[in-house]
Amino acid sequence: MDTWRELVDPDYPAIVWNTLRISFEITVWCILLALPCAYAIARMPQRWRAIIAGSIMLPFWTSFVVRVFAWKTMLHPEGWLQSCYFVFLRVRAWLFDWLPGFLQDFFVWLGFAGSGPIDPASSTILDSEAAVVLVSVYSFLPFAIMPIYTAAEKFDFSLLEAARDLGARSFYAFRKIFIPGIRQGVVSAILMVFIPAIGSYVIPQMLGGTNCVLIGNKIFMRAIQNRNIPHASALATLMAVSVLVPIAIAMWWKKRQDAIGRKRLEEQTARTMVGRV
Amino acid sequence: MNDFLVFDHVTKRFGAMTAVNDVSLSISKGEFFSLLGPSGCGKTTLLRMLGGFERPDSGRIYLEGKDITDLPPNQRRIHTVFQNYALFPTMTIWDNIAFSLKLAKKPKAEIEEAVDNILEMIQLSDQAWKYPSQLSGGQKQRVAIARALVDRPSVLLLDEPLAALDLKLRQHMLIELDTIHDQVGITFLYVTHDQGEAMSLSDRIAVINKGKVEQLDGPAKIYEAPASRFVASFIGDTNFFEGEITAIDGDYCYLAVDGFPQIKAFNDKSLKVGQKVDLSVRPEKIRVTLAPPLPEKGASINVFPSTVKDIVYQGVYTKYWIESSGLRIAAIKPHSRFLLDQEPITWNDDVFVWWHPDDGYMVEVQ
Repeated sequence: MDTWRELVDPDYPAIVWNTLRISFEITVWCILLALPCAYAIARMPQRWRAIIAGSIMLPFWTSFVVRVFAWKTMLHPEGWLQSCYFVFLRVRAWLFDWLPGFLQDFFVWLGFAGSGPIDPASSTILDSEAAVVLVSVYSFLPFAIMPIYTAAEKFDFSLLEAARDLGARSFYAFRKIFIPGIRQGVVSAILMVFIPAIGSYVIPQMLGGTNCVLIGNKIFMRAIQNRNIPHASALATLMAVSVLVPIAIAMWWKKRQDAIGRKRLEEQTARTMVGRV
Repeated sequence: MNDFLVFDHVTKRFGAMTAVNDVSLSISKGEFFSLLGPSGCGKTTLLRMLGGFERPDSGRIYLEGKDITDLPPNQRRIHTVFQNYALFPTMTIWDNIAFSLKLAKKPKAEIEEAVDNILEMIQLSDQAWKYPSQLSGGQKQRVAIARALVDRPSVLLLDEPLAALDLKLRQHMLIELDTIHDQVGITFLYVTHDQGEAMSLSDRIAVINKGKVEQLDGPAKIYEAPASRFVASFIGDTNFFEGEITAIDGDYCYLAVDGFPQIKAFNDKSLKVGQKVDLSVRPEKIRVTLAPPLPEKGASINVFPSTVKDIVYQGVYTKYWIESSGLRIAAIKPHSRFLLDQEPITWNDDVFVWWHPDDGYMVEVQ
């Protein structure tokens, strides 16, 4: 019980929030990239599908840690990714200035944007949050593509033709017919990315430096470096709870929606049937 | 009137295969028009080009005088009823039908009225809030038709819509399709490989083979006066006699068929002596009897002594396979109490097959 009291460290809420926020960012990027990829693969001729799906799994032949080390070299301050990072920071700052003041404050409060001006000397991509997000997206992307691709492969693409036929533009058909049609795959992809992202510590450890300490690093620190196992397990529990609570809320919400849907169905049936029997 | 929907010299190739070869068709407004042909003959490709899912390699397509060849599917006032229905599984029946109206941003009240009305027409008002997976095949079919008709397209394309249904349901849906066509007055373009469906529904039929239109006519004309050997054999059953005209006798002519006695046939196309022809005689026009026909009748018709080789009972009728001078001839005979009074015909009986010269139809061989 004492260990629980130790958890009331003022650092922890911020770290938990950072972890959830970064995991969320990683998940959003992964899904956004995986959707068009999976769609494209599923529409390829059969022969090509196997080749592409195989090459998506190819990186797993190399150790995860080795791949992160490779990224460490690529993210070197004199590398080309560093130049990209400057452009990214400039564009982001420029876009940020466009936003109304209350949204700016909101984003700073959420932690999506820093409040100060950009300092080119100290803004290296290595040891930044951006590096953690970038490499995490790279590592977890296959886990997002695979479930979505599996769902997309079973998807009946004539439905898209039917939607086009009835007057829908291609993107509308993709959004309204394809994405709901592969919903199950998207849900598993979100879980497959979000959960490991929350627990990841190798990537923030190696690429995030002191600017991006996540809860996984804290647990690692307490368990391996401080040998404080009770504290580490208390932290791990905290993390598990902070993931399970939103999921429980989501499930409750879904149940409620279903109940509302059933009620609506009855009402609507009653409306359609008025004077028609 | 006749140029509502026009295919103008349309050609489509897939690799080395020519799916549609220089097809020109004119379809009038409100017509029930069928494209009939075996699978792989190019009829579905024609339909997909009209729907906007394929682009022809050459030729143009016009609808109401406007060139629609290059328009994407969503800008054509043409809707398709797909073979597998393609109902959106994540939407209710009501939302499926309302899809095109919502896209057109119609006012809510108008959408509700239109969808409720068409649901009533297809008698599925009570199923409106179910999902497609909860419906039977016939119901799904009706929803697919309603979804395509609800915003009143210029043309409705039906791609083998009854292929997935069982026989009874298919017959029922045939009548319903006919009723719906009469109610909405929209041009229907119906693609099928089932000659029965095409014959019972269509105002006109285009018989298609290997990417070309073999014949374009009304159903009776296609059955009774096929333009080619392919049409004669594809539409219904028939017996072919391959021969050459040897003599002309007024409106009639005489055919020499290898190893077979002389056949008399009606020469409605005024063909000349020496013309090679395929004579098609439908099985239901051939009579099979143990006794020869009466002499005064027998003099003016074709009568051949033959042997019964096989008898196939098919419920509505019995089919006889008869051998005559080395040729196998099919003949069918309906059942009725009257026919039972005649002496029954069995295997290996010596019989007479006879038909009237007017019942044979000659197709020229090039």
